[in-house]
Formats: sequence, C-alpha cells, structure tokens
Amino acid sequence: MSLLASIRIALIALRVNALRSALAMLGVIIGVASVIVLVSISEGTKRAVEDQIASFGANLLIIRPGSSIFGGRRGGAGSATPLTDGDVLALANEVPGMAGVSGEVNTNATAVFGGVNWSTRISGVNADYFDVRAWVIDEGRAFAPAEESSGRRFVVVGQTIVRELFDGADPVGQTVRIQGQPFEIIGTVEPKGESSWGADQDDIIFMPLATARQRLGAGQRPPTRDPVSVIYADVAAGEDVDRVIADIEDILRVRRDILPGAEDDFSVGNLAEFIRARNETENQLGLLLAVGAAIVLLVGGIGIMNIMLVSVTERTREIGLRLAVGARRRDIRNQFLIESIVLCLFGGAVGLAAGIGGTLIYAEIGQLEIAVSPLIVGVAISASVLVGVFFGLYPAQRAARLNPIDALRHE
Amino acid sequence: MSALIECRNLFKTYQMGDTKIRALDGVSLEIDAGEYVAVMGASGSGKSTFMNLLGALDRPTAGYLRVDGSALDQLTPEQEADFRGRSIGFVFQQFNLLPRTSAVENVALPLVYAGVPAAERRKRAMTRLEQMGLAERYDHHPSQLSGGQQQRVAIARALVNDPQILLADEPTGALDSKTSEDIMALFDSLNREGITVILVTHEQEVADHAKRQLVFRDGKVVEDRS
Repeated sequence: MSLLASIRIALIALRVNALRSALAMLGVIIGVASVIVLVSISEGTKRAVEDQIASFGANLLIIRPGSSIFGGRRGGAGSATPLTDGDVLALANEVPGMAGVSGEVNTNATAVFGGVNWSTRISGVNADYFDVRAWVIDEGRAFAPAEESSGRRFVVVGQTIVRELFDGADPVGQTVRIQGQPFEIIGTVEPKGESSWGADQDDIIFMPLATARQRLGAGQRPPTRDPVSVIYADVAAGEDVDRVIADIEDILRVRRDILPGAEDDFSVGNLAEFIRARNETENQLGLLLAVGAAIVLLVGGIGIMNIMLVSVTERTREIGLRLAVGARRRDIRNQFLIESIVLCLFGGAVGLAAGIGGTLIYAEIGQLEIAVSPLIVGVAISASVLVGVFFGLYPAQRAARLNPIDALRHE
Repeated sequence: MSALIECRNLFKTYQMGDTKIRALDGVSLEIDAGEYVAVMGASGSGKSTFMNLLGALDRPTAGYLRVDGSALDQLTPEQEADFRGRSIGFVFQQFNLLPRTSAVENVALPLVYAGVPAAERRKRAMTRLEQMGLAERYDHHPSQLSGGQQQRVAIARALVNDPQILLADEPTGALDSKTSEDIMALFDSLNREGITVILVTHEQEVADHAKRQLVFRDGKVVEDRS
C-alpha cells in the first residue's frame, strides 16, 4: 500500500473522530508549543547577552587600581595608587596577544553649540579605545595614535550629543565649546543604546586622553603623574585570555613594586566571563524548563498511545477484513503507525503555530529581540514525528498481530 | 489434473482452558475447480474451522492442505496474505464493509494490497459494481445501502481480484428471504461462469443451491453427497 493512500486513510480515520483526535493531540500541542517558546526565549536571552558582550568588546579586560594597603589597613576599592599612561604603554608593548589597550579618564562638563547646551560625560581615551570597546565610527574619523598626546582639541561624539546639540544633523567639522574652550568634532560613533544597567551609553564625548587631562583637568590624582582611572585591554582573537591576564598581572606587579607574596593592589576583570557566568544560571533554568516541556511532550505521547489503542480496538473487525483481503501484517502496522504520526504531526503543527505566537507575544511584552530559529522548528517537528513513532508503535504492532479470525468475529 | 483443493488427514485442535477441543478430526477430501459446494453442520461441527483453513485465515494443527497450488500448512505469514488476496474471495454474514467509505472504494480494497495503481483499481471496481447492478450507487456509503446491496458490494469486493475460489460464510444469514434468494441466484450465476463457490450454511434451502453438500459433525465429514 502506498504511503499517500495510508495517509489518506489516516486522515479519514482522524476526521471521523475529530474531537477525540483533537483532545489526544492536546498534549503534543502543549508540549511542542512550550518547547518552542522556552527554547526561543532562552536563545533570545543568550543572544542579548552575547550582543551585550560584543558591545563591550569581545575579550575585554578591565584593569583598575585596587585597595591600598598600609600596615594591614586596607583603603578600599580605588584607593591604591592610580594606573598611569606608562602602564598603558607597558601593557601595549610588553604583553603579547593584545589587540589594543587604552586608558580612560572621565569628567562631566557642559557642551555648548550655538544657543544650545547639554551636560554630558567626557571621556579622555587613547586611539585604540574605539576598537577595544567596540565603538564603530559613524561619520568622520577617530583620532590617530599620533594625535593622542598632541593636546589638540579634537572630539568624537555619541549619537545623543548629535541629537541634543545638532538636532540629528551631521556635526562633523562643527565646533563645540566645552568649559569655554572650542573643540572640533572630527567624528561620530554609532549608537550603542542603553547599557545593561540602564545608562545612556551614547550620551558621551570622546577626546584624546592628554587633551582631556590638560584642557579639562580630567582624572587628576596628585601626586601621580599622568593617571588613568581605568585601562581597557582587548585580547586578540584566539589568544589564551588567562595567559594574557597572568602577563598583565606580572608586568603591573613589577611596575607597582609589589613584593612577591603580597596581595595585588589592582584588579584585572574579565567582563565577558562575568556576564557568561551570570548567564550560565539562566541557561540552567532554561534547561530545566526545556526538560519540563519534554515531559509534557512525553505525557502527550502517552495520550496518543492511549487513543491509538482505543482506535485499534474499535477497528478490530476492519483489521480482520483487511487481513482477509490480502493485507500483510506490515501493511496493518504501517497504517496505524502513519495514523499516529499524522496525529502527532498535526499536534506538532498546531503547537508550532501556538509556540511561535507565544514567542512573539513574549517578545512584544518583554521588549526582547527573539526569533524562532528554523532549527528549533525542525527539532519540534521531528520531535512530534518521533513521539508519533515511539508511542504509535505498540498499538500498531498490537493491531498487526491480531489473529484474522478473532478480529473478524470481534463485536 | 489435480484438484483445486486437496486436504488429507486435516486436524485442528484448540486449547480451551484444560480441555482440548478437536475442531477438525481427520478430514480428507478434494474439491475440483468449478464446483459448487455447501458446507453444512451444526455450530461446533467444525465447518467454520474448515472454511478458515481453506481461506488461510487459520493454520491446521496437522495434515496436508493444498489450495490453488499453495501448500497452506507451509506458508509464511507474508505468503498467506498474498494467497488470501490472490486466490480467495471472502463473503461474510455481516458483510464487513468499511464504514464511511464509498462502495467503489470498498470494492477496490483488495487491489490496494495487491499493489494495483489507483486508476486501474477504480476501473476494475466499477466493472464489478456494474456486474452487481450497483453502478449508480458507487459513491454511496454502506449506511446508505440496504442489506442486500451491501452484500452485493461485498461480493463485488470478493471478486475484484479475480480469485479462483469464493468462500461465503452464511452469506444470507443477515438477509430476509427474498433478498437471500437474489443473493443465491447471484452465486449460482457466478458458479456457472466457472468460479468455485464454497458456502458455509446451516439452512437447507441455501445448501440446495449447491451441487455438492458436505455435512460436518464433531470435526468429521459424515456426509458427502452430490
């Protein structure tokens, strides 16, 4: 008997008991829908985290001064001697496998253009900074390494500045006044949106580190010369991040005269690691939910098996008749197996639609960018087929093993 | 030429709890092609068991049974299925038509398992329905047909694969006397066309249509009259 004919028979049989078929499918529908919703949300969350990591810079290390220690009295975070331009230079030159290193100093100031003013954050940075922190130049250019220490009044501005001071027009070539001094805008950066803690990352003006320090007095910490408040380092792709961290620690310990055995008075943080670790618990929760959904699917399968057994019993005479007119046992088995698969596929399709709908609703409410991946659709469909085969096989084999005489006489 | 059906020392025993029931107790006989045979006997006489063995719906416990060239005591389940589809047309007391399935599809059912393409299935089924005088009702479901019409659909189904042998188990048992006569007339004409017809019945009037009567009692053939 051909597959198409078997499917037709299955469809007729399912239509005859439409309500019963629908109820039997319910478990599979709910199972498939929840698998799709849960996996999509979990994938969406994971992607959001990855995006976040990417927006920091893929392998970003953050180096900060730690606690000062005077005779056992620890001064708390940031109390130790600041890092310096020298440290930045040393890390850039002496640590192999570094894609870029940049110091950063910050201050707040009011920028004025024409009759408009806007209070914003000013970051003095090195030329590598844009690559290290994954800022993409939108218009114009970033500053070159040679311009870092020239003291020239160049700035690169974020999109919030473009919007607030220039009404969205291209500001490259314009001059803004910061603390009364003119700065030429040489570039803008593409937007990054809100940080994970809700700050507007685009509300920022970048300028060469030396310029920020000299012109605006940013980050000054006497008696240290040329202090930076933090150093960002980007480990080159494919490099061993732990090895690079160890190298950085070695160099800084020497530069900061830390005796062997003494505690570091600085910290090297690996932000991506931290975010991934935090995400790990979310993944485990997602896994747990997926297991729950799989159990629902399993229970749905038992419902399918139950209804198939009922169907076999009800149609015992039909099976006897089919055997009498020349059906082989495998024809009977295939017929019921296909019926079970068709039942599950229908359930899977409805569940798929419900799952996609549910995911879209969740994405709308949660403001999360979620897409139902073709992979999970494939998995859901194959899972329903698998459930159909697994839970349909026993009833189908029972049907195929019926004795033709007993089946024909069945009332 | 050897007989169409040949059985020697055919035994069939069933285990019912502690007791062994000898449904067939050493049956030996031959039926030639084109014969018209009525198998008679009280219930429990072994006549139905005999029919089941002839149709390969059941296997003998012991003995030799050859039907239409197949040694039925030696077939694999696959071969049994092929034999039933190819050599035998079954007609049942309760018609056994598939519900919610049109007459023509019911008639074509054996061809589905014989691997005949759909278009040809339909053609052959329609031909048989016409022969039964039911061509106009080809798309009726069994529930829309009378008992006599349903039995004629069932006979059309039994004939659609051009079998050598028509096995009918109480074919008129569920019909009124007028309809029964129509159906019996149909069997008579089919036999005249050359089909071997074997009827199981306990009604003498039905058996009188046959040219040979086998009477079973306690698993043995006690009478074989022509």
